[in-house]
Amino acid sequence: MAVDPEDRVPENKVSPPERRYPDSKAVNARKTVGQVQSTGHTWDGIEEYDNPLPRWWVWTFYACIVFAVIYCILYPAWPMVNQATRGILGYSTRAAVVVDIQKFADANAPIRARLEATDLTAINRDPDLNQYATSAGAAVFRTWCVQCHGSGAAGVQAAGYPNLLDDDWLWGGDIANIHATITHGIRNTTDADARYSEMPKFGELLSGPEIAQVVEHVRALSGQEHDATLAIGGVTLFAENCAGCHGDAGLGNRDLGSPNLTDAIWLYGGDPASLTQTVTYARFGVMPNWNTRLSEADIRSVAVYVHGLGGGE
Amino acid sequence: MTSPDTHPPQLYAAREPVFPRRVKGRFRTLKWWLLGLTLGIYYITPWLRWDRGPNLPDQAVLIDLAGRRFFFFMIEIWPHEFYFVAGLLIMAGLGLFLFTSALGRVWCGYACPQTVWTDLFILVERWVEGDRNARLRLHRQGWNAEKLRKRAVKWTVWLLIAVATGGAWVFYFADAPTLLRNLVTLQASPAAWITIAALTATTFVFGGFMREQICIYACPWPRIQAAMMDEDTITVAYRDWRGEPRGKLHKGAVTPADQQGDCIDCMACVNVCPTGIDIREGQQLACITCALCIDACDDTMAKIGKPRGLIDYLALTDEVAERAGAQPKSIWHHILRPRTILYTVLWSGVGVGLVAALFLRSDIGVNVTPVRNPTFVVLSDGSIRNTYDLRLLNKHGEARQFRIALTSDQPLALSLEGQPAQTISVPGNATTGQRIYLVAPAASAAATEDQTHVRLWVEDLGNTDRIHSDTVFNGQED
Repeated sequence: MAVDPEDRVPENKVSPPERRYPDSKAVNARKTVGQVQSTGHTWDGIEEYDNPLPRWWVWTFYACIVFAVIYCILYPAWPMVNQATRGILGYSTRAAVVVDIQKFADANAPIRARLEATDLTAINRDPDLNQYATSAGAAVFRTWCVQCHGSGAAGVQAAGYPNLLDDDWLWGGDIANIHATITHGIRNTTDADARYSEMPKFGELLSGPEIAQVVEHVRALSGQEHDATLAIGGVTLFAENCAGCHGDAGLGNRDLGSPNLTDAIWLYGGDPASLTQTVTYARFGVMPNWNTRLSEADIRSVAVYVHGLGGGE
Repeated sequence: MTSPDTHPPQLYAAREPVFPRRVKGRFRTLKWWLLGLTLGIYYITPWLRWDRGPNLPDQAVLIDLAGRRFFFFMIEIWPHEFYFVAGLLIMAGLGLFLFTSALGRVWCGYACPQTVWTDLFILVERWVEGDRNARLRLHRQGWNAEKLRKRAVKWTVWLLIAVATGGAWVFYFADAPTLLRNLVTLQASPAAWITIAALTATTFVFGGFMREQICIYACPWPRIQAAMMDEDTITVAYRDWRGEPRGKLHKGAVTPADQQGDCIDCMACVNVCPTGIDIREGQQLACITCALCIDACDDTMAKIGKPRGLIDYLALTDEVAERAGAQPKSIWHHILRPRTILYTVLWSGVGVGLVAALFLRSDIGVNVTPVRNPTFVVLSDGSIRNTYDLRLLNKHGEARQFRIALTSDQPLALSLEGQPAQTISVPGNATTGQRIYLVAPAASAAATEDQTHVRLWVEDLGNTDRIHSDTVFNGQED
């Protein structure tokens, strides 16, 4: 039996074990050669060893400390009274965000230039342009428009903010008219080109019973439940006072922003109380002009977005 | 406090180098075959081609992170089908449970990349520096030209293997021939270089220098395995009832030969061990059950004319049986028990489910999101409109025309935003969003009821594949 003397490693020689199965001691015994260092802590007969750490672990630990020191020197780290230490690289997340925003603005510059140069009615025929305008328009809408028109663009009837989803438009629902409305606004005092019209306060012109007759007539026009006698009385009053703007048949006039009174959609409500309020005191809905706050590309984007909400003409 | 502290304890311990001796035998042969097989699979797979038709990659296995696609031969996985990957991971987990409860750390010993690459690195080490004794001598001697030359050659070969390993990895994530050309012409993306560098470094360090330390200190598997092993699990064990008392085999021995066990204390089992343990101390944390000690001991037993198997694959119950003089149970009796059968059933169940899901899925898809803000819109004529955002999915390589239709008990009109007809073109290997409207006439049942069930159909006009999605139409309830 030839066994090379070098094959024998005397340190590894251990007396026969008392137990055969899981015995983590075996590794420890080999590592420390001889007695295992103990912390002296013993619980229920289980003793806590104080084995040294592997060298690579210790060096990794030291490397982490060195890294931390270098990091504290290079980057903002220690909170002070007014602000944290700046670090010699001058890095700041705020500056990084500015750079990022500029990066995206630069990346979007070509398509925004194309958006401004393209004829309004041709935008939705270009899939790339249409997709960009719809996405960008949605973002603009969420930022500037939802306060009045609601996050779903359904408007708020009680406050007279129009629903942009339906097929009823006061000032026109094609892309050019939507674009014009957003650009200049409605009845504001800040843009000379703002859409303008004003309904008289008929409370100063008509008596209470007369207003009641007009209200019943308007309810008849829209096919709602009404008092036929009063409504017939309102025919002449409507023709004399209202038809000038709303038309003889009450179909409204988009040049004046006067609503269609025959359909199922009411900006301020079609019930007798709301109608009486409207006729007596009139309404004067205002929308700001956006040409001083938004870029032309943003206005076009939001126009495309609103046009694509389901009611676009 | 009972600690006999006479001098301060060391803060760290140097790794004790392990110099595994060469060994031949049935398990070593099996491991060489497995090494060739696993490394072969790893290095060759990215170069397999698979024709998927136009506009789709022709690489058999490709993880396209940028395009969010996973291609595996005839299978293409999209991000929303990630449950396939989850299922595969569950199968991998259950498979590991199964093999561990049946055969102990067989994964560690045979198939773990750490073991496979370490084996390969030790093979290179042996070619360059010689077997255990030569390596020990080289380790102990001072630096001279010979040591420098041998170390340089060894590290160079290791580094080449490491680069090839990191290099092969990135080919799974991009078209392999294109990426290779880009790497050679130094035009590859930084991500590729960084990945290759990181994996080269880890392969070189883990396989060349850390080796068993990864298994003992870094890997969580040894800590978990105990929960999956029981007295019927087959692990590598030493028959101490046969081997002890151990002693040298020579004439004039202190212990008469007939009172001596079969172990002649030749240290062969210790010298071949890649983690440097003595299996005769029992099953232990550092044992990866690579079975090389079995081969080494069988060799010695053959030389001294004793039966093989002093160190062998054994279960705990075998020890009890053999000490009582009985025969150990057969391997199959150990492996086939409720626990392993349960794992197998679970594993197969997930597998069958995944295969079924694979064959039942369609090449087109639709995701319907009803617009709920607001739930409905009243139009001028009093009709009620609902809006739905569709996400249409086309897995074919070329653009397809999809026709949208609906079935419902109520008369509802369907129209598509921005599309004159009810068809839309969906680009190949992509998804597209489309808003659709359903309109119920004024005062109709659908317009006045709370909810009406509708089924939206999407038909691929290219091959008449049809899929559907059920949703509801909201009316204006009085």
